[in-house]
Amino acid sequence: MSAAQAVEAVFRIESARIIAGVARIVRDVGIAEEIAQDALVAALEQWPESGVPDRPGAWLTATAKHRAIDLVRRKETYVRKLAEVGRTLEDAPPPAEPADPDDIDDDLLRLIFTSCHPVLATEGRIALTLRLMGGLTTQEIARAFLAAEPAVAQRIVRAKRTLAKAGVPFEVPYGADRDARLSSVLEVIYLIFNEGYSATAGDDLVRPALCEDALRLARVLAGLMPQEPEVHGLAALLEFQASRIATRTGPDGEPVLLADQNRARWNRMLIARGARALGHAGNGPYSVQAAIAGCHAAAVRYEDTDWPRIAALYARLVQLIPSPVVELNRAVAVSMAEGPEAALPLVDALAREPALRTYHLLPSVRGDLLERLGRPQEARAEFERAASLTRNAQERNLLLRRAARL
Amino acid sequence: MPRFLTMIRINEQELTTDTEFPPEFLQNMGAYMEEINKAGVMLDTAGLLHTPEGTRVNWSGGKISYTDGPFTETKEVVGGYSLIQCKDKAEAIEWTKRFLEIHPAEWNVSAEVREIEEM
Repeated sequence: MSAAQAVEAVFRIESARIIAGVARIVRDVGIAEEIAQDALVAALEQWPESGVPDRPGAWLTATAKHRAIDLVRRKETYVRKLAEVGRTLEDAPPPAEPADPDDIDDDLLRLIFTSCHPVLATEGRIALTLRLMGGLTTQEIARAFLAAEPAVAQRIVRAKRTLAKAGVPFEVPYGADRDARLSSVLEVIYLIFNEGYSATAGDDLVRPALCEDALRLARVLAGLMPQEPEVHGLAALLEFQASRIATRTGPDGEPVLLADQNRARWNRMLIARGARALGHAGNGPYSVQAAIAGCHAAAVRYEDTDWPRIAALYARLVQLIPSPVVELNRAVAVSMAEGPEAALPLVDALAREPALRTYHLLPSVRGDLLERLGRPQEARAEFERAASLTRNAQERNLLLRRAARL
Repeated sequence: MPRFLTMIRINEQELTTDTEFPPEFLQNMGAYMEEINKAGVMLDTAGLLHTPEGTRVNWSGGKISYTDGPFTETKEVVGGYSLIQCKDKAEAIEWTKRFLEIHPAEWNVSAEVREIEEM
């Protein structure tokens, strides 16, 4: 392992904490990230010569914080930098003694709440969170989202500028809007996971790397906010979902339905972690979804699935987050618990939902119910319609195969 | 993100069940564990009972045989393990190095870092 590799590994491990600690001093995540990068450059220059210090993380943090305080002290430069991003100067900088672990946790929480701030567009929140909290490079984010690197870089720049312009304070929200702000954080992590779990476009059905990045963020958040049941709910949900990733696609990348997945290959450790996290979860939407995922994980064979319980959990979920997509999932669970004839009216009722007009899973589910009801002609038409709606090549092939079989 | 199994090897003649753990070591280990857990890196870790409690089950020539511990023929035995998930081997090595640096200077401990083959 080269010295540079070692330095970069240390930096990746520490970068979120360094950025968070510096942001507390300079009150701007964009400037904080630049300073953290400067500290990395300094390390790459010095360590190969002088050797890696005993506590490399502390060295990087101290170096970055010194630079931050310098920057704050050299007010002219600082004011100019702030003017560039349209901010005014706060008063004296806070001290930069080595923080105790609780302070570091607070800094990290401030960082994640800031990068998930509702003032930002969803794309900006996702990119900034992966960059600052997840330690991904712009190139890695672009690759994960099948986007062009300059576009992602632009997203991140714009997000930093928006935060600065809006004067978003670098803090953990307390009081009235705390719940809404936490929801935004959970949603960002969930969206990152989902993009990896069922890629909306492109040729791959799953991009596991993105799932792992999201899962790590969820685990980190659970460590930082152990008293929040919904945070554990999200972590549990993602652990359970991730346990199945390896079995969701076949040898040629084609999707494998839940019923056909090889359960022997579900990752038992992730299921156990999910179950542990579920024990700390609550009654919110992520917790209920985690309970559903936990039901699937608990079934050793598909035939053992506790569909009545899953249908009941979906009924609860519909009340928490009334949405046609959740209603559609409930219909699937009802069809398994009570039979396709009980579910068809529920699905037909959704046919008029504008939100589902181009949602390929609606005709896909309807096709499945019609097939089970012995109405192959209608089923085939539904599968073909579903195939025409999906943007994922692998999904489309599966649906066309199902149509051709009838 | 690859996963790594680290087998921590100790010398049971040096580190017996009576070995006193210095309070500073325990404190630092606690801080390290908190840090690696909060980083979302640690998936699972545990120490193992000493080899007198262990049994090796062998399959050879189509026959099962058992060897009860202690396993005196090997100087170093696995005394614990960790399962971590990080971006690459360099990161895994860095976390492992930090783990080892907590131990008292006179102890001999080695940690074998092995990437898990994802199926």
